[in-house]
Parts: sequence; C-alpha cells; structure tokens
Amino acid sequence: MTGAITRHRVEVAIIGAGPAGASAAIALAEAGREVLLIDEAAQPGGRIWRAPASALRGGNESAEIAEGDRLRVRLSAAKVSFMANTVVWSIGRTETGDATDVARGNGAPRFRIDALTPAASLAIDVRSVLVAIGTTERIIPFPGWTIPGVIGLAATTILLKSQRMAPGQRVVVAGTGPLLASVAAGVLKVGAEVAAVVDLAGPGDWLAALPALAREPQAAARGAGWLCDCLRAGVRPRFRSGVMAAEGEDRLKSVILGPVDSTGAPVPASTIRRVACDALAIGHGLAPATEVTRLLRADHVFDRDLGGWRPDTDSEGRTSLPGLYVAGDGAGLRGATYAIGAGSATGDAIARDLEGIGGRRSHSFASQVPLGRAMGRLIRQRPAMSAAIAPDTVICRCEDVTREEIEAAITNGAREINQLKHFTRCGMGPCQGRVCGEVAAEILALHLAGPTGDIDSMRRHVGQWTGRAPLRPVPLDTMIGDFTYDDIPVPEPAPL
Amino acid sequence: MSKPSHLTQNRRAHFDVAVVGGGIHGCTLALFLARGGMSVALVERGSLCREASGTNAGTLTMQMTRVALIPYALKGHEMWATAHDWLGHDVGTVVCDGLSLAFTEREAEILTYRAGLRRDAGAPIELVSAARAQEIEPGLSKEPILAAHCPVDGYTSAYLTGLAYRRALLEAGVTLYERVAAIGAERANGAHLLHLADGGGISATRLALCGGVWLEEMCAWLGIGLPIKVLVNQLAVTERMRPVMRTVIGIASGLLSLKQFANGSIVIGGGWQGIGDRERGGEALRTESLIGNVRLACHAIPAMRGGRLARAWAGLEAETADAMPAAGPVPGVENAFVCGSVHSGYTSGPYIARLLAEQILGRESARPLFPIDRLLEPAPGATLPATE
Repeated sequence: MTGAITRHRVEVAIIGAGPAGASAAIALAEAGREVLLIDEAAQPGGRIWRAPASALRGGNESAEIAEGDRLRVRLSAAKVSFMANTVVWSIGRTETGDATDVARGNGAPRFRIDALTPAASLAIDVRSVLVAIGTTERIIPFPGWTIPGVIGLAATTILLKSQRMAPGQRVVVAGTGPLLASVAAGVLKVGAEVAAVVDLAGPGDWLAALPALAREPQAAARGAGWLCDCLRAGVRPRFRSGVMAAEGEDRLKSVILGPVDSTGAPVPASTIRRVACDALAIGHGLAPATEVTRLLRADHVFDRDLGGWRPDTDSEGRTSLPGLYVAGDGAGLRGATYAIGAGSATGDAIARDLEGIGGRRSHSFASQVPLGRAMGRLIRQRPAMSAAIAPDTVICRCEDVTREEIEAAITNGAREINQLKHFTRCGMGPCQGRVCGEVAAEILALHLAGPTGDIDSMRRHVGQWTGRAPLRPVPLDTMIGDFTYDDIPVPEPAPL
Repeated sequence: MSKPSHLTQNRRAHFDVAVVGGGIHGCTLALFLARGGMSVALVERGSLCREASGTNAGTLTMQMTRVALIPYALKGHEMWATAHDWLGHDVGTVVCDGLSLAFTEREAEILTYRAGLRRDAGAPIELVSAARAQEIEPGLSKEPILAAHCPVDGYTSAYLTGLAYRRALLEAGVTLYERVAAIGAERANGAHLLHLADGGGISATRLALCGGVWLEEMCAWLGIGLPIKVLVNQLAVTERMRPVMRTVIGIASGLLSLKQFANGSIVIGGGWQGIGDRERGGEALRTESLIGNVRLACHAIPAMRGGRLARAWAGLEAETADAMPAAGPVPGVENAFVCGSVHSGYTSGPYIARLLAEQILGRESARPLFPIDRLLEPAPGATLPATE
C-alpha cells in the first residue's frame, strides 16, 4: 500500500467491537454522539461473539454466534460507523502543553489515533477514546510450549468460530477456566478428535463456583451443554492435571500430562502419561490487555483475581486521564454479561461528560459480578506455576530468554521489570512483552518476596513494561507511504 | 530495598565522594574515583543507565559531535571500543565505517563545511563521491549526491550499559544507592550532607552532581543557577531483518542516525523531537516526526522498507546554553563538582567523566575540562532544607 496519510476527525472513537465496545457504541449513537467503532476483525463481535467467515455461514449457529448476530443487527440499526480490518498502532495525547496545542477551545481533540486499514494509513483526531480491547491470553511456559501445534485456548476459539476449524486432527485441550469445555466441545463439533481435556482445577474448585453459576442460568446451561458434548464423545476431563511438556521437533507429536497440586504446581515424582496429539490448545487464563492505557500512561492497579494489572477506572469506565475510558474485560475480568452493562454505562458516561453533565450514576449491571469473579479466581495467575518453570525453559519467545537468564539478571541486581528488560532483552521483541511480561514479573516478584513474602505487593513493586508504540508491528512501507525527499520535514541542522 | 545495611545504623555513612546520578557520566566518574582509592557512594533514583544513557541510539560518531569536542570524542570512542578491557564487561560496542549523506546541493554545502571543520579538529573524515559511498555501504540508495566518510564510527547497545556498569561499580567497591532519590544537599561540619527521599542521608567530603537533564535542580540545591535545556529525542527500532546495511548512516544536518545491529534489528534515530519534559520524561511520540524520521531512513537505505516497526520511544537529552559540556568544579562551593549535559555526548561521555575523576583525584588532567562559570545565571533561590 502506498499513498499519503489521510486525516480524520471524530468525537468519540471506540477501539474494540466486542460486547463492551459495541454496547458503548450503541449507547453513544442513541445519545446522538458521533462515534466511530474500530476493530481488527472484519465484523463486530469481538472474540466471544466472533462472526464466522461469510462463506462458512449457515446451518445451526451456536448461541454465541446468534447473540453476535443480534448485536451486529443492533449496531447497524443504530447507524454506528464501523471501521473494519483496522489496526490501531499508536495513540497519543494531543494535550501535552506543546506549543501547537495551546489555546484551543472546548471540543478540541485530545487524542490522535494512528491506524492502518488494508487500503489506507489514517490519523484520527478524537475528543474521547474508549478502549475495549479485552484480554491477552496467558500461557505459563513449559518445555516445548513454542513447538508449532501448540496454540492458545482463546486463540482456538477464534479459529473455531471464524473458520470452523480445529487446530489439529487430535487435540489435547488443557489449562484452566470455562474455555476448556467450550473449546473441547467446539473441536468435537467441527469433527476433530479430543485426545484429552486437562484441567488444573479440581472438582472442588468448580463446585465453589456453582453458586455464582446459578445466578446466571444461561451461562450455566451453556457450560453444562459443553460438558455433555464431551462426555457423549467419551472425553472425561482430567482434574488437577497439567501439561508437563510438549514433544516434537518441527511439529507437535505428544504431550506429557501429570498431576498438579491445589496451587497448580506439578506434584513431584508422580505418575506421568504421554498422550499422542498433533495440537495442544492450552491457556492459563486471561489478563486485561493494557497496552493502550500503558502507552498513554494512565494509572493501573494490580488485582490478581481480576486478571492482574488493569487500568484504574471508576464504575463508569473513566481512567485517570480525562477523555480516556476503558470498559469490558480490559478493565478487569468480569465476563461478557458484565461487559455489556459496563459498555452501555460507559457509553452513557462519555455522552454525559461530553455534554458537561457531571456526576456518576448507579447501574444495575454492577450486580452481575459474581460469575465473573468466580471465573476470574479460577483463571488467575498462579504463582506456584511460574515458580515451577525449569531453568532452561524459554520465557520470552521473541528474544529466546530462558528462566535461568532471568534468574542471572536478578542475581546481577535487576529489581524492576524494565531494568530486567534491559538486562536480558526479555520483552523487547515484536510482541512487546505481551506474552512473557506477566511471567517475567512473577519470577522477579517471587525472588523479592522470598518464601514468606507478599507476592502481590512485590508484583506492584516490580511494575509493568513501559508502554510503547507501535501497539502492533507496523510494516514500514505501509507506514511511510509514497513520498519525495521534499515531503520529509527534515529539522534544522544540529549545533556545530 | 537495596539500602546498604550500614544505613540502618544510627551513624550516617560517610564517603570521600557522593555521586548523584547513575548515567554514563556518574557511573564512569564513580568507577574511576573508586579505582583511584576513594570511598564512593553513587545515588540513582531509578536503575543505573535507564534514562538518557540507556535509551539513546548508542551511536559513537564524530560526524554528529561538536567540533570543539572532537578530541574528546576520539578518546571516548577509544574507551567504548575497549570497554571490555577497562570496564571489564561487554557493552556490545561495534566499530565500523560511518557515512554522513547529502541529498541536496544545500546539504552538500553544509556537509563540506562541517566535515572540513571536524577534520581540522582531528576527526579522520573525508568527502567521498556517491559512487564511493555506495562501495563503502552497498545498501545505500542512489539518492545521495555526496558523502562524508569516517572510519572511526560505530555504536554500542545502550541498554546493556546499566548491567555492565553495575557489575564494574560493585567490583570497584562503590556503594550503590539505587531506586532512592537524592532530594537536597547542604554543608554540615565541612562536609556535604546529601538528603535522600527515604529519609536517609549520606555525608561525603566531595559531592559530584551528574544528573543529566536534572542537573538544573541539583545545582539549585547548592544555590547555583545552571539552566539545562531538555531535548526529547525520538527513536525507533525495527524487527529483526536480513542484513541490509553495514555502516552507521547519518545526514549532513545531523538529524539521522541509522545502524543495523548483529541481531538484525535497525535502530533509527537522529534527534527528531517528541513530547515530554524533565518531570514527565519522554512521554509521547509525534507520529509525524516518527514517519519523517523513518522516511529519511528509507530514503538512505531502501531495503529497510521491507521491515516492520517493532518499537518506538522518546528519551531525554540534556543541553547547556552553548551546547557544550558542563564538567568541572562548582564555583563558590568547596569540593562540589558537576559532570554531564553534553549535546550528542554519548561518544565523549566516558572520557569527560574520567578527566574529571583525574582532577578530583588530584592528578593532572590530560585535557582541559568545561567549567560551568560561563553558563551560570543568578541562583533561582536555594531549595536547601534548613541547616540543623
């Protein structure tokens, strides 16, 4: 792609068209505000309500796809502008005391969004931004986790929903949380084999979540349905079990399964089992995706049961930065039902803030927390799992940094996460530490806390990666477009 | 948490020297003072070499160095190139050819003039034709009309300096106060008393302020007005890509620095200005500047177009009123020194700090320093805590 960068201006931009972002867009459109909904996917829906590729439409659609379809209809009825297939690669504040930003009236843009579509490079000036980008999948490294054929649980749901495709012919589904049953059922539905379902949690952990599940009968029924699908196919979940290793050279051939204790740590000297498979769908929970709010330097708080680090928001999604809002799981894991309510409430709040009407309102969605909280506990990051990672296991797959290299950096005095990054290159690669950050921070925090210390307070102490642009790697060719030398505003010569 | 155990005792620790600021200047000064036999405390509010010294492009070049600093930069270059020997730890220095390019007639004039002055000052720079430049750098585009070639060029991996210096400082017996800010200083009983943000203090016979862009506030502790300008330099790095260049590339105006590291990533710099200040740090990028900087880079090395931008950031750089270093004694304050704030001073930094160390150790400096008398303004009002 070539060509100049086109400039746009809109009152409110929403990044992410999942349940939270889409609900907020509808609320804003109904309040008469000018709103632009941006997503990397071809259609709104996010991960949970992902639309199938259009060629694969038809037949008996799942409940989630049906819900997504209702949302897509509502969005188009509300006349929300949707910018599809668009990657936001940077967001910057325009209100920074910079000379060019002085003396602007009300309504002036507060943020600039840089984005790429398949056809154009865009700069969008906006008054308010809602970040509704959901979560990043967590995988606690184990030997072999970078072998092709190993895929995230949440990533597998995208494959299943949009492409109706399993990651392999014979799939081991492992990790923790409600995605296990959902993915196992999905794999069976598209005609692949489920070799095993391996759950870190024990039956007792699930029983503890039952009262919360009972308050959301639809979700409970859906979960029960997935479980029945598995049992009918002869697949019984192995509770209190984990993947000890994945094996294979260029391609996954088998996984080693073994028992874990209540902390998620492998039980030493126990019986292990090798299971042949060509795909491993594994996930150890989800974490709020904080790359945008870190880039903008909003305040964050650490709350393990809500997914770890999350932007600090009030009940209507306002962050520490005027004009910047967060809603949905990206503000803390509470699930889709909550995200719909939070998205609408945040949309209302943005509209009121734009009109200069102060104050907060109470919202009924706030009572829909128990299930999200229960699931959040089930998929929280377990310190014992990071503690059990073997020395030669790769933690940062972009830069090939192993556990022992991180330990060596700690021995050499690394005490905060960005210093650790300089010492090891951990987190310096194309994913910008999204994959390894939580684990590297946990290893450092475990060291600082010692056997008896408070690991969560040490996580706060070691901090988060500094947010950097680009939010996604950007092809330079696309970024710079066509130009002549005269188009480059070369600054005046430096002093001689 | 890294507080030395003797601080928990009632008596305040006393040192021959307290160095404030753990960048290249402060670390090098502390290292040579300790090796010279002094007891040294180094105070850094964050982690070592994580501000300008760890976030700059790492370019070691004569072609962006101020003419009057060339003799110092040549010595500094030699120090970087031999860091493994004198520092004892690797900072990834690569010595290679450097090319400064001119794309227009006006730039060719600037280049000819600047290269001439730098050559007169001792830098082995020679003007070469575009064809010759392409022999030196096969990745070069057909766009340049003239180039200046210098075989004394290269780069370090700036992010590695913190680890390397930290190990060297501990080996030399320097007491490190990391992640604790110095917040003021006063004279007490003929010594300097440095106040720390955690309520502690350090007593030292000599005080050396090496605070980079924060030198202005530090000098105010002593009642000295030393204005320091803050530059917010944008930098970008690509993902790893196939080898597309083997030299350090700049342009006549000095506002490009470009090199490919051994791992395949290309660092793009040159001092295009982002948004920030000394309170907020390098807070945000100007996308237009980022795009301009990358366009300039691709104009020089076209194969870069096939790469992807992995990360971009802004780091602070300090500059005095005349863009020359502040390095020498503090006038009117006994046993107090400043060191730092050198425009494009990464190359010469270690050497200038070593010169100051020699002076403080009472040895003869090989070259004159850069006393700050010329830069002083009326004191902004001391922010000293009341003397006890």
